[in-house]
Amino acid sequence: MIAAARRTTGAARRVSRVAFQLTLVVVVGALFYAAYINASDHLARANISSGLRFWNNTAGFDISQTLIAYSASTSSFGRAFWVGLLNTLLVAALGIILATVLGFTIGIARLSRNWLVARLAGGYVELIRNVPLLLQLLFWYNAVLKALPELRQSLVLPGGGLLNNRGLFLPAPLFKPGFGEVLTALLIGVAVTYVLHLRARRRQEQTGAQPRIFWWGLGLIGGLPLAVFALAGFPLSFSVPQIGRFNVAGGLEILPEFAALLLALSVYTAAFIAEVVRAGILAVAPGQTEAAQALGLRAGPALRLIVIPQAMRVIVPPLTSQYLNLIKNSSLAVAIGYPDLVQVFAGSVLNITGQAVEVIAITMAVYLSISLATSLLMNLYGRRTALVER
Amino acid sequence: MRGMGARLMRKGQIMKRIATALAFVTLLACSAQAAESPTLKAVKARGELICGANGQLAGFGMPDPQGNWTGFDVDFCRAIAAAIFNDVTKVKFVPLTATNRFTALQSGEVDVLARNTTWTMSRNTTLGIDFAAVNYYDGQGFMVHKELKVSSALELNGAAVCVQQGTTTELNLADYFRSHNMTLKTVTFATVDEAIKAYDTGRCDSFTTDSSGLYGVRLQLSKPDENIVLPEIISKEPLSPSVRQGDDMWENVVRWTHYAMLDAEEFGVSKSNVDAQLKSTNPEIRRLLGVEGQFGQSIGLTNDWAYRIIKLVGNYGEVFDRNVGQGSPLKITRGLNALWTKGGLQYGLPVR
Repeated sequence: MIAAARRTTGAARRVSRVAFQLTLVVVVGALFYAAYINASDHLARANISSGLRFWNNTAGFDISQTLIAYSASTSSFGRAFWVGLLNTLLVAALGIILATVLGFTIGIARLSRNWLVARLAGGYVELIRNVPLLLQLLFWYNAVLKALPELRQSLVLPGGGLLNNRGLFLPAPLFKPGFGEVLTALLIGVAVTYVLHLRARRRQEQTGAQPRIFWWGLGLIGGLPLAVFALAGFPLSFSVPQIGRFNVAGGLEILPEFAALLLALSVYTAAFIAEVVRAGILAVAPGQTEAAQALGLRAGPALRLIVIPQAMRVIVPPLTSQYLNLIKNSSLAVAIGYPDLVQVFAGSVLNITGQAVEVIAITMAVYLSISLATSLLMNLYGRRTALVER
Repeated sequence: MRGMGARLMRKGQIMKRIATALAFVTLLACSAQAAESPTLKAVKARGELICGANGQLAGFGMPDPQGNWTGFDVDFCRAIAAAIFNDVTKVKFVPLTATNRFTALQSGEVDVLARNTTWTMSRNTTLGIDFAAVNYYDGQGFMVHKELKVSSALELNGAAVCVQQGTTTELNLADYFRSHNMTLKTVTFATVDEAIKAYDTGRCDSFTTDSSGLYGVRLQLSKPDENIVLPEIISKEPLSPSVRQGDDMWENVVRWTHYAMLDAEEFGVSKSNVDAQLKSTNPEIRRLLGVEGQFGQSIGLTNDWAYRIIKLVGNYGEVFDRNVGQGSPLKITRGLNALWTKGGLQYGLPVR
């Protein structure tokens, strides 16, 4: 009897718990729905157009950097959205790579036993992370712009590149038939070297001997593609930038706005990553380093093989936040005229169509998706570095 | 069953009829109330007008070094304040960028938008705003560095052009280059200040905006004399103050503020002679200044509304000269903005 009663109260509690959660879901859903109805109702009453009909209309404005084909006369607002999004992704991806490399270097340098190196790294971190990012961005932009010569006095770089206050212009590679084979040779070289590396590691784990594969790797990755390149009759030429009446014609163009934004984002975020890395390394018990030394490992391999892998467990979660900050901070592009998503879509498109609610909602959803995707990737990586308890 | 269904249906129809009748009565009540403008009522209750202005454009809307707002658009808002409060200081100016100006107006953050804004069909029909009256006929022009030795916009093929984002300028620029088969490199900035700074440092060959703005911008450059404004005007830019749709009475106040200033210039009524003109025998002047008729009351103001505007702010010509014309550093000629009697397009509507 008692057992049966307890079972029913248990079931009742479960039912009430589920009912409570269902109610919560319904209430939250109703709130969102009410907000949606309220907004669309008010827009309609104020005679403001709403909806996404504008998406396929002709944009009519120009964009200074386009990774995909875009023309003011024929492309739609939707196309402009993709151009902006790709520009955001480009600066964010390169920024994350640069900030990580710089941040790890400085974080490790700050723990160096070399007094000068440690102080320099410490000074970098304190200086950079205490000045607002927007100011740094304007500094880089104005410093980059003002320090560079005008178009006619362009600096000519070795290899035919040009540097002036309109940007950096590099010779653009023009691929001829036969270049595909060179790429194939490169891929084969990398794959074979990787297999060699795996075999060498297995041999080291089994016998302790360290087979030298460096020269093999160099030959396969460097020599093989070069040989194919020569055999194919050098299927590559360059379009060298030329100074025209107003601008530089030809070549590959790197805008000063892009360079300034990339520099500012990576330098700024690197300071925070450096601290994250330092904290992660300090979190590894000193006994680990000492044990590595006792085994006869030198400082470099001890750091690489013993300390960093353990530190990564501590580093990855805050590192993810720094990556997310960098991605979101890239929207400061609007201050210097780099055509990112906010500048192009939440700026020009919003103003021309006047549909603030839709455009801002889409922009927010995009940043949310990019951030969630980044978090997901980092969590997957974090799971790999997590402590495996035996 | 069937009878009950029919009864229910009949009951439903009766309910529907009652609802329709109720809605109609409510509508009547609403339209009766609409005689008073909600915006005007709010402005009076608040004790000041909130005016969306530029903030960065010399001659049109910019605070001077002492923090006093001056400019052509600023004086327009002061004129509205004069008509309502008989006091030109009862205006709060909100600086707006090209990108956030319409949202500020739509959301009720400002009562009126007087920020060198072009009247276009899409803005008028999709943004829920109404344009009151064209108070400045403008057109887009180009400024270039003198050292480029360019004398016409048609020579700008391949040039880098700095432009402010979210403007009709941005669109006209692309149109113009496209229609003349020229290529261009646009560098777009969120605010006009950043665009000017970039042009000044040589990032662009040319800067483009409404030609009225170009003269003001030129004065802000580090070396004004090394820049010239090209002769081409590539677009029509009828600049007009705007208000939210749905408050026609308020739109009337804004519209007639402009026409009162224009009529005053046409009749020769100015800041200095307006008191003497009160004794004028000209019926048009008597109606304008409120000596005859109830014209002020019909827009929810006092009958001396136009007298207040002219006394405290001046007529259209005075406002033009003081801010952008010969009495200002910009020295813009009246051109299209001369009175229709002098070959321009400014045509005052009759007060009667």
